[in-house]
Amino acid sequence: MNKWITSALIVGGLLAGQISSQAIAQDSEPKDAIRLGIDVPYEPFVMRDADGQLEGFEIDLGNELCARANLECSWVEQSWDGIIPGLLARKYDAILSSMAITPERERQVMFSLPYYNTPSVWITARDRDIDINDKDSLKGLSVGVQRGTIRDVYVTQEYGDVLDINRYGSSQDVVNDLKSGRLDLTFEDFPIANDAIDFRKDNSPYKQLGDSIKTPTSIFGKGAAMAFRQRDKALAAKFDKAICEVYADGTFDKLMDQYFDYDLSVRPSEQDCAK
Amino acid sequence: MEQLNGWFTELLSGNTIFTANTLSFYWGGLVTTVQLVFLCLLLGIVLAVPLAIGRGSKRRWIKLPIYAYTYVFRGTPLLIQLYLVYYGVVFFDGIQDSIFWVVFKQAFFPALIAFTLNTTAYTTEIFHGAIKNTAKGEIEAARAYGMSRKLMMRRIILPSAFRRALPAYGNEVIFMLHASAVASVVTIMDLTGAAYYVYARFYAPFDAFIFVALIYLCLTFSIMFVFRRLEKRLLAHLRPRGS
Repeated sequence: MNKWITSALIVGGLLAGQISSQAIAQDSEPKDAIRLGIDVPYEPFVMRDADGQLEGFEIDLGNELCARANLECSWVEQSWDGIIPGLLARKYDAILSSMAITPERERQVMFSLPYYNTPSVWITARDRDIDINDKDSLKGLSVGVQRGTIRDVYVTQEYGDVLDINRYGSSQDVVNDLKSGRLDLTFEDFPIANDAIDFRKDNSPYKQLGDSIKTPTSIFGKGAAMAFRQRDKALAAKFDKAICEVYADGTFDKLMDQYFDYDLSVRPSEQDCAK
Repeated sequence: MEQLNGWFTELLSGNTIFTANTLSFYWGGLVTTVQLVFLCLLLGIVLAVPLAIGRGSKRRWIKLPIYAYTYVFRGTPLLIQLYLVYYGVVFFDGIQDSIFWVVFKQAFFPALIAFTLNTTAYTTEIFHGAIKNTAKGEIEAARAYGMSRKLMMRRIILPSAFRRALPAYGNEVIFMLHASAVASVVTIMDLTGAAYYVYARFYAPFDAFIFVALIYLCLTFSIMFVFRRLEKRLLAHLRPRGS
């Protein structure tokens, strides 16, 4: 009995919410309403606060983009494996969920300009004196990477002839062997390294070598972007323009600093923004 | 040679996965696998003979530790043993500064140690079983000749036991070859490691693993062939007469 009442209340509440939101949409003039699909949670990009409300970097960024595109956006939760089929089935109008641009996905959906890309980073022990750009000095040093990742491809392609490459099944094993002293170097995904290795402070036992690396895009990919149905070109163009704007006026950097202590921006080129 | 080379290049030109580059990976993997397995089996035999004799000893302080060793190493997976030797050893304080680090820094030696400990345990039990099952008559005959226990062991029991242990030991060799596939988890580029690499690079699991499976198959058949020949020669006296 109780169950019936509860579910009746829930259904009623949902209907009421639907109606009221429609009413608001009708009241407040020309803004088009669109729905954004997202896979929750993926911290700190998206998570729920104590009240169950969505929050996170991508939520803030998405709302900001919508405001600039003059769109009324709502969020639709969708698990990752069904996120592209959901878009094609019109359960929502765009995906904004850390989706990396890949050729396979490009066959199914249309991507906006990329809005972020996580960098990769060279790490070594603090007391080591290694110049990653001087290939001759690297001869015989060992580097650990996770097998089959983009980092593996990059190291094999760029340093395969000088470095001794050790390929591991998991990034945890790479970190273990860096700490055990078996590895001279590791080339790791920045967020993973940030969690697992102490290398950011002046007195950390490890340090970063050179700059963080996000190029060439042929290996590291273009980054994460919004995805649309192939025919919604006008909608994608609106968001492309909004992405250019948040980068141009520093809003993106402000948001990024709020959630991350490292740089994952992929500044769109003037050429891309001129379109 | 030139002709062969040309023919080879032509053969490979039709596909994108099995280029000369990937084949050289497989070749390197084959060499590593054969080295690893051969070395651990060789060390295994050398260690297993005295252990098998000790295992049958009447003295408990000799017998029990050996029994405990074979029990533990036959009772736990090789993968776990490999993990313990490779990752566990670095938790000994100061190992990086000791002379042992020369050995443990590379992945090859920890893997060789783990494999040797494992195969020694099995080989010990195989030899022990064969020694125990030596026909009473052979021992009595040796005694009647006035042989000491040492001499009897050397001339009668061990040669006879080795022959009878041969089929079981042949199996152990093949098992060890297959078990060596776990070496790739500690970054050794053995056959399986090479297959993993090709798989990860071309996203072609079927091609990569079928090819490596065929290589393992060839190796297994060669081992079986060698042991068949050995058995035929060394166990001739056990076959029914006239066959």
